Amino acid sequence: MKIHEYQAKELMKARGITVPEGRVATTFDEAVAAVRPLVESSGNKVVVVKSQIHAGGRGKGRFIEQPDTAGVNVVLDGLNGGIKAAEQKVHELAKKMLGSTLVTVQTGPEGKQVNRLYIEQGIDIERELYLSIVLDRATGRNLMMASTEGGTEIEEVAANTPEKILRETIDPAIGLADFQARRLAFGLGLAGDAFKNGVKFMKALTKAATELDTDLVEINPLVVTKSGKVMALDGKMGFDGNALYRHPNVVEMRDLSEEDPAEVEAGKYGLSFIKLDGNIGCLVNGAGLAMSTMDIIKHEGGEPANFLDVGGGASTENVTAAFKIITKDPNVKGIFVNIFGGIMRCDVIANGIVAAVKEVGLAVPLVVRLEGTNVELGKQIIDESGLNVISASDMKDGAKKIVELAQ
Amino acid sequence: MSILVNKDSKVIIQGLGKTGYFHTDKALAYGTQMVGAVHPGRGGELEHFEGATDHSGVAGRPDNYSIDLPIFNTVAEAVEATGATASVVYVPPPFAADAIMEAAAAGLKLVITITEGIPINDMVIVKRYLEGKNTRLVGPNCPGVITPHECKIGIMPGYIHQGGKIGVVSRSGTLTYEAVHQLSNNGLGQTTAVGIGGDPVNGTNFVDVLELFNNDPETEGVIMIGEIGGSAEEEAATWIKANMNKPVAGFIAGATAPAGKRMGHAGAIIAGGKGTAADKIAALESAGVVMAPTPTDMGSAMLEAMKRAGRA
Repeated sequence: MKIHEYQAKELMKARGITVPEGRVATTFDEAVAAVRPLVESSGNKVVVVKSQIHAGGRGKGRFIEQPDTAGVNVVLDGLNGGIKAAEQKVHELAKKMLGSTLVTVQTGPEGKQVNRLYIEQGIDIERELYLSIVLDRATGRNLMMASTEGGTEIEEVAANTPEKILRETIDPAIGLADFQARRLAFGLGLAGDAFKNGVKFMKALTKAATELDTDLVEINPLVVTKSGKVMALDGKMGFDGNALYRHPNVVEMRDLSEEDPAEVEAGKYGLSFIKLDGNIGCLVNGAGLAMSTMDIIKHEGGEPANFLDVGGGASTENVTAAFKIITKDPNVKGIFVNIFGGIMRCDVIANGIVAAVKEVGLAVPLVVRLEGTNVELGKQIIDESGLNVISASDMKDGAKKIVELAQ
Repeated sequence: MSILVNKDSKVIIQGLGKTGYFHTDKALAYGTQMVGAVHPGRGGELEHFEGATDHSGVAGRPDNYSIDLPIFNTVAEAVEATGATASVVYVPPPFAADAIMEAAAAGLKLVITITEGIPINDMVIVKRYLEGKNTRLVGPNCPGVITPHECKIGIMPGYIHQGGKIGVVSRSGTLTYEAVHQLSNNGLGQTTAVGIGGDPVNGTNFVDVLELFNNDPETEGVIMIGEIGGSAEEEAATWIKANMNKPVAGFIAGATAPAGKRMGHAGAIIAGGKGTAADKIAALESAGVVMAPTPTDMGSAMLEAMKRAGRA
């Protein structure tokens, strides 16, 4: 699960991690009202207006409706014109940004609508660094990565100057040890107050990541100010979906408007669903089989409309819901049900399909391949339902048939 | 011979909920020596199982079984009373990590964890806890381990398995069934099928299982089924090139999966650009692995690998 930058900063601030002061705004008035208290409390007449969407690259992003406006804007008007001038500029920007569609390298060409802005105090930046915590699958431990190349995509740094990425593996029994934090801080060339603050920042961030069950924390840039403070100028946090049950406060931060409606609907029924661009709907059990069902459809010259894993514990109702989600997509010209029952029983799948078709009808060809637990019972249910179902002997046969029928 | 489990394996189950009960019943029908259950608070009770024998399992048994399984409060008590050497964990996700550690603390050699949805940080702690201990964890989020006609631990349908000469190792449950089914149909059969699970942090990886199969005299060839993400398949390829003296076939799922949907943004960095299906397929092919172009071709890819090695 992802959250917005301002929410990540709230979580960090509550855990003793230094972040700039800011206020979230969903209207022009709220955006303007944020300026005065920020300027007064920070003493800095510069404010920054940042689009809040679940995608990176906002600074370089542009709005479809306002091609000259960036996703993140530094407002300098207060320096000479005072608070009034700053407020006027923020109002102008908010009008252009709120409700408009921001396109960044991560949103795809269709972009994402900006419904919230984050108004933040300006910072006297001396250096921009990079810091993140991710899972290292090879060791089965979390890893802190740091780099002097802040503000740049870390993928780029890894490709061009991999020696500039410093790594420390975090022992779950200890956390990030002091000496590890020092090693990173020295590696980043920090000194004096910045060194002390950097060490403190890294230790607090590690603690927060563990406490919150994040699957990714990325601070890019991590900035050193002219007065030696170390703070998160940007903050990205993702959470381990398996651990959300123990973080109700994080779940509350979920912004459903940032997610695909079909994926949200699927989630309610415990289905793992990803919308794709093709025209063949897939209903499969097991992530590996679901992925390779997409592969084999492509192999036979078709294009999958979705990834859908009904999981092992699905009930007839869940299968019915899955079928409905697939048929809702107007691009779908055929459906391929591919089941190898283990924990999932073929009769449950068959009952779910029959129930769904009775409810919503069947306007496109349906190819069903059943194998595994209770396969005979499943086939019998489908046969006796009188539905117009084409059965397949194995997954290649099924993929061939559906690709032909969907043309 | 086989790996990990055989007809002498004595198994306890941890977590006798609905799923655990259902699959314990299936295991007993198959002929697995299920010797006890652990369910804190129900120690001293018996759980009754009865039904029709699954004759695809252990041979030479009567047509029906009727068994009272003793329940224990702790794994240590269960081990002491039954002499179990393995456990299978069906405990729900919030409590599963603790169950695995309890099994390791009780000295069990093999802990097979079926539970799906364990928090990643819990598994990070489990992995740390298991360091230096003589316990092998298989899973979590896996179908289990089966040696056909001897011992079935997990959720796989027993009847698709056929004793034979191929070792199967896979990150995906349903794709394991797919491979097993094809190997049963083309007559190669299986020595043991091992699901290592689809979670990012797991107990046993491809290399561990490949090494066990390499040392097992009955296993003549191995099929490994991987998927996108991480670098376990690349590591397996390196190991195969250096050590494997038996033919290997393979398949990688997810060649057409959209990038970035599963793998975290910065997660790809650690792998140094690895993790795509194309990279994994190239790495395995360069190690001499015969790759199946589609999941329907896994059985024939194995047959081809065996032929090239003069073993079929």
